[in-house]
Amino acid sequence: MWSKIILSVPVKRNLGGEEELDIIIPIKQVPETSNVKMDKETGTMIREGVVSVINPLDLYAIETGIQLKEKFGGKVTVCTMGPQSAAKALKEAIAMGCDEGILISDRKFAGADTWATSYTISEAIKQLGSYDLIIAGERATDGDTGQVGPGIAAWLGLPLATYVSKITDVASESIIVERLVEDGYQILQMPLPALLTVVKEVSNPRLPTLRGKKKARAYEIQVMNAADLQLNEACIGLKGSPTRVIKIGYPKVTRSGKIVKASGDTGLNEAVDALLQFLEEKELI
Amino acid sequence: MSHVWTIAEQSKGKLRAVSFELLSRGRKLADKMGTKLSAVLLGANVSDESLQELIYRGADEVYFVDDHRLENFVVETYSNVLSDLIRQYKPHTILAAATSSGRTLMPHVAIQVTTGLTADCTDLDIEEETNHLLQTRPAIGGNIMATIKTPNHSPQMATVRPKSSRPLALERTRQGKITRLALKEELLDPRVQVIGYREDTEEFANIEEAEVVVAGGKGMKKAENFTLLRELASHFNGVLGASRDAVDRGWLPYPHQVGLSGKTISPKLYICAGVSGSIQHLAGIKTSEYIVAINQDPDANIFRLADFGIVGNLFEVIPLINAKLAARKQKEGE
Repeated sequence: MWSKIILSVPVKRNLGGEEELDIIIPIKQVPETSNVKMDKETGTMIREGVVSVINPLDLYAIETGIQLKEKFGGKVTVCTMGPQSAAKALKEAIAMGCDEGILISDRKFAGADTWATSYTISEAIKQLGSYDLIIAGERATDGDTGQVGPGIAAWLGLPLATYVSKITDVASESIIVERLVEDGYQILQMPLPALLTVVKEVSNPRLPTLRGKKKARAYEIQVMNAADLQLNEACIGLKGSPTRVIKIGYPKVTRSGKIVKASGDTGLNEAVDALLQFLEEKELI
Repeated sequence: MSHVWTIAEQSKGKLRAVSFELLSRGRKLADKMGTKLSAVLLGANVSDESLQELIYRGADEVYFVDDHRLENFVVETYSNVLSDLIRQYKPHTILAAATSSGRTLMPHVAIQVTTGLTADCTDLDIEEETNHLLQTRPAIGGNIMATIKTPNHSPQMATVRPKSSRPLALERTRQGKITRLALKEELLDPRVQVIGYREDTEEFANIEEAEVVVAGGKGMKKAENFTLLRELASHFNGVLGASRDAVDRGWLPYPHQVGLSGKTISPKLYICAGVSGSIQHLAGIKTSEYIVAINQDPDANIFRLADFGIVGNLFEVIPLINAKLAARKQKEGE
């Protein structure tokens, strides 16, 4: 049965020795959508002039990684799979405080679905040597699947906690986390190394500092391609992807709803009555 | 075992509503292919009546892997068990719920059994000639609908959002077979332990499974003003939601956040006040059945998606709605 316990232990690492925490953070570069305008005619997003940024939900993973490093020492390595231009996302992460940036890039990776992407990233992670934690964002705001994080854990055989909202305790060989589920928080204990995907509650991302930006500018991103990783070519890119997009549709975002103005006392009263009538017609009240 | 599977979910031995919603989706696909539909459940302490209800609501067969160590969802063991069943019985199609466990389990299984997975499908169909599962889902903030298939791998797997389909009516004459399976010891992964559970405050926001969500945005001005919405929500037995602006200001905690960086929801009724309707917010609500918006700005984006909109001061409009709903209730009570 569930035991109802509340842990409020601040994050601490119960280490005897000089052991440090090495963290890998896989991120994704996505189109910036917060300033996107909609085409009034078609009701679709205007994509022209949209710049690329770090997936906003990855910022919480980056912040968590940096905070853990600051407490326990160690190193934060950020990696991404994407075109050469995705190096910019890695530099932004370094400007926030990450130490190393790895770009996993090859034309052969193009068209990869979440299965092939998680394979490719997990093979790259194998090349990075030992680590204690992999922290990923909950999902990317463009693809919106949340499948790559769990996929990497499956490829690497790592214990996995998704939707982590709090890291309660880090000991030398295990970690305690809370994960946000439908009706509360599940508290898990697992050995390290492990993979976590985190939600927004876990941290409050910092902005890059001037010093960080300077460091990022000087930093030379390391690139890994398909040959470097000695990948099974049947498992990468479009060819290695079990899923295929066969059709794309552009739904209109608009609904032709009834809009009433609630101005003046009469207008207000009539507007609310009209709403109640609408709710009644739709059997919502 | 039959060809279409749905992955039922339980919590503390009780079946979750989404288990039945999946069966109505699965029934349609199984009928189209002329094949059987099975509900697969992992858990402990599930009553015979509950298992029988899966039959009454559309399943031809129920497979229940019953072990006290499966009481709580732990992805490693669940994934081992489901992958083992897949290898053994080779189903054609598997539907699971896009819940915290379904979204964790299915991508893990997809790697273990080497097949594709499509998340958050809003429409599922079978391609006539090939029997391929056509999986349609919104992408890029709901601005495109992509239809996806898994042509060369098996099983074909998809997740669907809770509340995106209605359960079939209870048909007590339906017959079906219930099989209890034992957990194979070698599939148990002892590394991850569930050591506790914490329920949030009484009004924990299960906005993904709520029939009615009442949300506030920046226009609510401060946390105290959510009392108005709390009252409005109570008239519908609804739960409180919030836009990213409102959550970032600390007016409501993150589990309440609606939108692309919060939760994507499909309630029967979505009411929002003081929400301007950023593209991310709209993406999170567009599968709602009915949308009601209250906003001062007639040009607010939210009205483009509203089935009913009131342009006005929410601090006048909401109290009046509350008063009229309360009066209505009292009248009904008389």
